[in-house]
Amino acid sequence: MQHVVIGAGPSGLVAAETLRKLQPDAGITLIGDEPEPPYSRMAIPYYLIKQIEESGTFLRKTANHYDSLRIALKQGRVASVDRAAHRVALADGSTLGYDKLLIATGSRPVPPPIPGMDLDGVTSCWTLADARRIAATARPGARVVLMGAGFIGCIILEALARSGAELTVVEMGDRMVPRMMNDIAGGMIKDWCESRGVKVHTSMRVTAIEKQGDTLRVSLENGDVVDADLVVSATGVRPNIEFIADSGIETDHGVLVDRQMRTNDLDIYAAGDVAQGIDFSTGEYSVQAIQPTAVDHGQLAARNMAGLSGARHRGSVNMNVLDTLGLISSSFGLWMGDEGGESAELLNRERYRYLNLQFADDVLVGATSLGLTEHVGVLRGLIQTRTRLGVWKERLVKDPTRLMEAYLASTQALGFNAAVMA
Amino acid sequence: MMLKALQLEPEKCTGCLQCEMACSYEQEGLFNPSKSRIKVFTFHDEGRFAPYTCSQCAEAWCMHACPVEAIVINEATGAKEVLEDVCVGCKVCTIACPFGTVNYNADTGKVIKCDLCGGEPACAEACPTEAITYVDAEHTGLERMRAHAAQTIPAN
Repeated sequence: MQHVVIGAGPSGLVAAETLRKLQPDAGITLIGDEPEPPYSRMAIPYYLIKQIEESGTFLRKTANHYDSLRIALKQGRVASVDRAAHRVALADGSTLGYDKLLIATGSRPVPPPIPGMDLDGVTSCWTLADARRIAATARPGARVVLMGAGFIGCIILEALARSGAELTVVEMGDRMVPRMMNDIAGGMIKDWCESRGVKVHTSMRVTAIEKQGDTLRVSLENGDVVDADLVVSATGVRPNIEFIADSGIETDHGVLVDRQMRTNDLDIYAAGDVAQGIDFSTGEYSVQAIQPTAVDHGQLAARNMAGLSGARHRGSVNMNVLDTLGLISSSFGLWMGDEGGESAELLNRERYRYLNLQFADDVLVGATSLGLTEHVGVLRGLIQTRTRLGVWKERLVKDPTRLMEAYLASTQALGFNAAVMA
Repeated sequence: MMLKALQLEPEKCTGCLQCEMACSYEQEGLFNPSKSRIKVFTFHDEGRFAPYTCSQCAEAWCMHACPVEAIVINEATGAKEVLEDVCVGCKVCTIACPFGTVNYNADTGKVIKCDLCGGEPACAEACPTEAITYVDAEHTGLERMRAHAAQTIPAN
């Protein structure tokens, strides 16, 4: 059995490792198109602030990890898939046969359609190569414009601000992290960042970037011009599916998969940020592009590639956690609320504390938090177990912070809650 | 070798918080319950207390969610331990753990969780009423707890 995994991010790597566990004798090739050993994009901000070396971003830390698992690492870019011949073609002209193929090619940044994106000093922050470039320029006092304050933009924001740069953020949405935070939380994050010296424009677009001498001149749609030494673009990402455009593998926004992570080709699977997997909360197939989902997908795809029956996806809970200059925020599931559902809210703007819970009947279906670092995972637990909260729902409406008590009283035998099975 | 586990029996807990003090002293070198890896939750209406911490669950959500392999299994104890020099502080494990037992420590910029104190859990030693004991894993309600987790949260 020959398994080929395209994409050496967390999803592809976990799939390769899971395949090895399940099939000691199979051939496993992991193809990545970057020169470094498999690494985590999540860790790049910590490299930017010099908290870790490049090696600190590596997904696996032991030097012989891949050899010892007999996972063949191959550097190259897959150019096409020939389904009939069960073969992938690489950009260098070589080919590789497979019995089962996993597409875990992730996504890549989409530059905004404005003039000047190809100028020197304008970059995305996606790869280690990007990070090296940024680290060389974003010195204390450097003028930096960050385009985009979504999840990825905000992760980079933290690193850029902490490196001492004079930072201006331009976000076209009406608040920060609009796809992860509601207007209250997104607004509080903006206030927090501004109170710490970051200039934040929301509901604002960059219309053009020009170069005058060594200075980049960033034009905003209100007519203002911001001078910069570096412009970092984080305006969104798109799944890497172009190479399968002519293969007959069905795609939408990402690669379409079933509950076994299988595409319309019985021998081809997809996982991670490129895959349109099932969302636990909505039951719909969508690209979540988050680390825990990428790992879920990778494990599940591998189990099905190895022929384990019954390895079906019940859906991943969409969730994110973010640290913007020390203000920690998270959101889970249907954080924007369920139609007809109730909610509970605790808000303290002065102390930057916020907790918003969304219910469907007496089940927690979504949550948003700011300034909460204790027991925050229980929000995921309550959502994913669809725990019926009973009397605890009203108690949470009165005091949303009693999450752990609600969870314990609803799931563990505590001596008074006879309804909970011991 | 038979692994041992923390057995938590809320019905024996008096809410004295000795476990939190012992944990924070063992782990942080200071008496600061807010840094404790075990927490006692209070149920005023029922007059009850419940100690709770990581069950070192087999699914190891935290470990699998970590992007930099900073959470590893201690083969001797079965504990999932945070390697502080590898952890970058991204906090993904804190949202991935469905039991809410991995917390972020802003003072260090790293996450903290129960590591069974390397096999001699200070909380169990400190508990005066045997609400927390360290016993053979099969005898604890832990298997039950883990079964509950496995049943309700599909590990795919």
